[in-house]
Amino acid sequence: MPILAALQGFAASIGATVLWLFAATGSLTLFAVAGISHVFRPPWYPAELMRQLMRIGYFSLPVVGMTALFTGGALALQIYAGGSRFNAGSVVPQIVAIGMTRELGPVLGGLMVAGRVSASVAAELGTMRVTEQIDALTTLSTHPMKYLVAPRLLAATIAMPILAFVGDVIGIMGGFLVGTERLDFNAATYIKTTYDFLELGDITSGLIKAAVFGFIIALMGCYQGYNSGRGAQGVGRATTNAVVTASILILASNYVLTEALFPA
Amino acid sequence: MSETPKIEMRGVCKSFGSNHVLRGIDLVVPAGESLAIIGGSGTGKSVMLKCILGLVIPDSGEIFVDGENALTKRGKAREQLLDEFGMLFQGGALFDSLSVWQNVAFRLLQGSRKIPRTEARDLAIEKLRRVGLKAETADLFPAELSGGMQKRVGLARAICAQPEIIFFDEPTTGLDPIMADVINDLIREIVVEMGVTALTITHDMSSVRKIADDVAMIHDGIIQWTGPAAEIDTTDNPYIHQFVNGLAEGPIEAIR
Repeated sequence: MPILAALQGFAASIGATVLWLFAATGSLTLFAVAGISHVFRPPWYPAELMRQLMRIGYFSLPVVGMTALFTGGALALQIYAGGSRFNAGSVVPQIVAIGMTRELGPVLGGLMVAGRVSASVAAELGTMRVTEQIDALTTLSTHPMKYLVAPRLLAATIAMPILAFVGDVIGIMGGFLVGTERLDFNAATYIKTTYDFLELGDITSGLIKAAVFGFIIALMGCYQGYNSGRGAQGVGRATTNAVVTASILILASNYVLTEALFPA
Repeated sequence: MSETPKIEMRGVCKSFGSNHVLRGIDLVVPAGESLAIIGGSGTGKSVMLKCILGLVIPDSGEIFVDGENALTKRGKAREQLLDEFGMLFQGGALFDSLSVWQNVAFRLLQGSRKIPRTEARDLAIEKLRRVGLKAETADLFPAELSGGMQKRVGLARAICAQPEIIFFDEPTTGLDPIMADVINDLIREIVVEMGVTALTITHDMSSVRKIADDVAMIHDGIIQWTGPAAEIDTTDNPYIHQFVNGLAEGPIEAIR
């Protein structure tokens, strides 16, 4: 009998987890649909959108730029060292270019922005929830989803591809600097090889991914902050959850998007 | 025929899990009256106000504003209903990212009641002056203000768009006695001057005596007593007697 009870307890805990997962997925989906619907329905708040574009986009440039620069440089060294094992050290420009534009630019940029933006959005909205600022918006005849969530979703979806493109350029430049300064590549040849090799699809696929990542980053920050628990602990948990869930969703959706954009 | 009440609650119930906060609230607030709702912490005073504003949806019961069912209003109709309200939140609930004047004129900077920014700023400064703040505070941010100043800015925001109903949620909490008295006087002046219907949640009896025409006492999820503010010291209602005199002994358990 104790074994039966233990098995029942085990099954119940699995059931509870599955139910929680479905409930959380449903709640997030409804939140996302509501957020998107408010992006397309007036009134719009252009000043708030511009403020978020600055916060999410412009102020993320240094972190994305630094990440891309060092990643591009390290990638060049790794490709050269690995490629040299089978006399393919000369493919550094091509692999750096394709690696940065298709994968590393959007994914690493997305993860860095997730850490920076998801956390700050969740903390801001969580604090607004705790201090009744979100309730105050409602009493001032302003829909919080429209004023707080929609501009952030739109701003992140617009800003992230721009950040990824800047990251691509800086990452390729990082590879170029290491290639020409450390690995004795000819500068003109490096640039020409990169230019000849890259196709438009390599760049656009990365930008599409970045737009999706931007949406995920803002969505998770807004969702966790908007539904934050009470007190400092609630806001802290919302912030952590926002970064963790945004990062996991970025990596998972990256695989799905890669399958969709580059089917084997 | 009797006049339509400004606010009417009929049998409003609200539970959070197994916690039955409101167990059938019946309340009538005539137009132009200043009503104070008193009761211990956690007795559902704020939930009551949030139900009227639609921030919390009651499990059952009806709420009427100007004789119209407030709970069935959606979209534009709900926005128009909310335009009638102004609210001073307990902690001010000022928007950190906006300057003082933008907080005060928030309602006039967007939506259907939008007016030019310069006009909104002038109006905000006028309201700031009304609550005793200088024009120089207009460009400060909420974090740069003291608690008393934040309450005043919250009050200026609540009255800026000329509401017909104003809710005051614990207006004197966190203030020193002198500042609390100043805020009480200010609230009373504004309520009389604007002729609004006012609902004040408080457990500060000096606020009740200064602000309220009538008092409603909530306990155990229902209204236990209503009557004129002048009668709170003379009534034989045991709840009011215990609460007003701050007694540990009585029908209200000290540990809830």
